[in-house]
Amino acid sequence: MIRIDSVTKRYPDGTVAVDRLSLEIPDRSITVLVGPSGCGKTTTLRMINRMVEPTEGTILLDGEDSRRQPVTTLRRSMGYVIQNAGLFQHRTIVDNIATVPRLLGWGRQRARERAAELMERVGLDPSLAKRYPYQLSGGQQQRVGVARALAADPPVLLMDEPFSAVDPVVRKGLQAELLRIQDELGKTIVFVTHDIDEAITLGTMVAVLREGGRLAQYAPPADLLSNPADGFVEDFLGADRGIRRLSFFPSDALELTTDAVIPADATAARIAAVEAPHLLVTDADGRPLGWAAREELTAGDLRTDRLLPYGRPFVPGADSLRVALDCAVLSPVGRAVAVDGHGRVTGVVSQQTIGEAVRAAHTAGRADEQKVAG
Amino acid sequence: MNVLHFVDAFFSDSAHWHGYDGIPQRFWEHLQYSLLALAVAAAVGLPVGLLTGHTGRGGNALAFIANAARALPSFGLLVLAVLLIGFGLLPVMIPLVVLAVPPILVTTYEAVRSVDPAPVDAARGMGMHESRILFRVEVPVALPLILSGLRSAAIQIVSTATIAAYVSLGGLGRYIIDGLYQRDYEKVVGGATLVAVLALLTLAVFWAAGRLAVSPGVRRR
Ligand SMILES: Nc1ncnc2c1ncn2[C@@H]1O[C@H](COP(=O)(O)OP(=O)(O)OP(=O)(O)O)[C@@H](O)[C@H]1O
Ligand SMILES: [Mg+2]
Repeated sequence: MIRIDSVTKRYPDGTVAVDRLSLEIPDRSITVLVGPSGCGKTTTLRMINRMVEPTEGTILLDGEDSRRQPVTTLRRSMGYVIQNAGLFQHRTIVDNIATVPRLLGWGRQRARERAAELMERVGLDPSLAKRYPYQLSGGQQQRVGVARALAADPPVLLMDEPFSAVDPVVRKGLQAELLRIQDELGKTIVFVTHDIDEAITLGTMVAVLREGGRLAQYAPPADLLSNPADGFVEDFLGADRGIRRLSFFPSDALELTTDAVIPADATAARIAAVEAPHLLVTDADGRPLGWAAREELTAGDLRTDRLLPYGRPFVPGADSLRVALDCAVLSPVGRAVAVDGHGRVTGVVSQQTIGEAVRAAHTAGRADEQKVAG
Repeated sequence: MNVLHFVDAFFSDSAHWHGYDGIPQRFWEHLQYSLLALAVAAAVGLPVGLLTGHTGRGGNALAFIANAARALPSFGLLVLAVLLIGFGLLPVMIPLVVLAVPPILVTTYEAVRSVDPAPVDAARGMGMHESRILFRVEVPVALPLILSGLRSAAIQIVSTATIAAYVSLGGLGRYIIDGLYQRDYEKVVGGATLVAVLALLTLAVFWAAGRLAVSPGVRRR
């Protein structure tokens, strides 16, 4: 475990970048440092691998002062990923990734084999191995940066805004990839970002820092959203904190209805029995085709080209309440379509039903908090 | 009578191609002086430039010394050196080295300074030692600029090494000085042409060195 114990950093010009910060960073999980620009995130991160020396306080690694070991040994046990990756432009991709193993004295062949293995792990095509960094896209370079940091299998990974220079779509992909890699490898990751969404997506624990390098709140993301410590944290979380919080509630408790779901070859009697104004038409396999207004439907004459699009379906259990609500809001008839893992319709749910579930979830959440507090 | 005519006459005279005053001998002497001066200048300029560039300290002092050195006239320095230490190779080397150190020093310093700080930061964060950071991360990227500093120093040395002839040494300057003295303009033009040829050869050598030593990842092709 990394323990930051009452650490202060005062730069020679007098700037106090970090002020008596104490944090316990749990093993094998992602801890995110988040906060506005200049609040001391980078300084905190760089004090862990001693790129910056604390003015006061200590940093303990498994109970031992980090200053007890030689600084190069310390750094080689911690992968370091920076914004824009910082690749060596004169080296090929494999050789970039093989850097730390080579530093540790591995033979060239073994280091390259290891590098190839890591390229696969971070989702890089093996054909890129012999390229130079300038021949890669920003997202690919960032993957190389992550692979390079992981090459010697260090227990700790320090990441300073690694995904902030790529476009939002690529960033989402990289975040998903990081979570997948973390599932497989279980590293102790300290991740710096100024993007609260990224913090909430990735963090097991999130430390919100404020200007002057003081800790505003340190909590799991769900707690942060439900219970911001003060106005600063609340502002930082943004106006849609309530909606965001729904990501932490499962959608499997939603009550689905199936009476408005009809197959394309339904009989007139079956159609007539439906009370709802819109029906969801499915194909023979039960996959959704689209919505139809009841009065426009005549049995045996299902013109699928006249159906309203059913939008994006959600998967109860796998998707959160936030996704379910989003589907319902986007649906042309105000109802979200639920499907199973194979894309077959399991039912539909109205905005009203989701709204009730949201209220129930919030009440349950508050009850939990009171239990914790009491 | 035009210049081309002089050139033609000089190079077609077979008497100019052998003996102690023959073209191969003088060319070889000139090359030796130049290489020696470049080696000494590089031995001074490269380490100082690399170190100050890497640490970022001493840049101002460096620029001051380099500018001062540039202001010294080579010929005046030669005369002074001869007065102080007499004839020989050493007084010739002094002005040549003084001429060549500033471009090597300043360009090397600038080259290392201008390396993208991100990979250097990454390397340090990985636990690389400072010397390895300099030679394995900064120098490979700074190499094209460092070579260009060496190249301009080499060109200046090659053209200035003609002054060796003033103090009774050999080299291509012999033709120019003797020619002027003997009013043999064919010889003067021939000598000047040979200096120009050597300068072009120097350019070619540096071009080839750049192709061989600079990584395709830095050349970007
Ligand atoms: N080397 C330095 N010398 C003096 N002050 C510094 C130095 N490095 C950082 N600072 C100051 O310390 C404070 C914290 O800087 P730091 O880089 O840790 O912020 P940050 O949270 O990472 O910001 P950003 O999100 O913009 O990267 C800032 O006020 C910054 O100006
Ligand atoms: Mg920062």
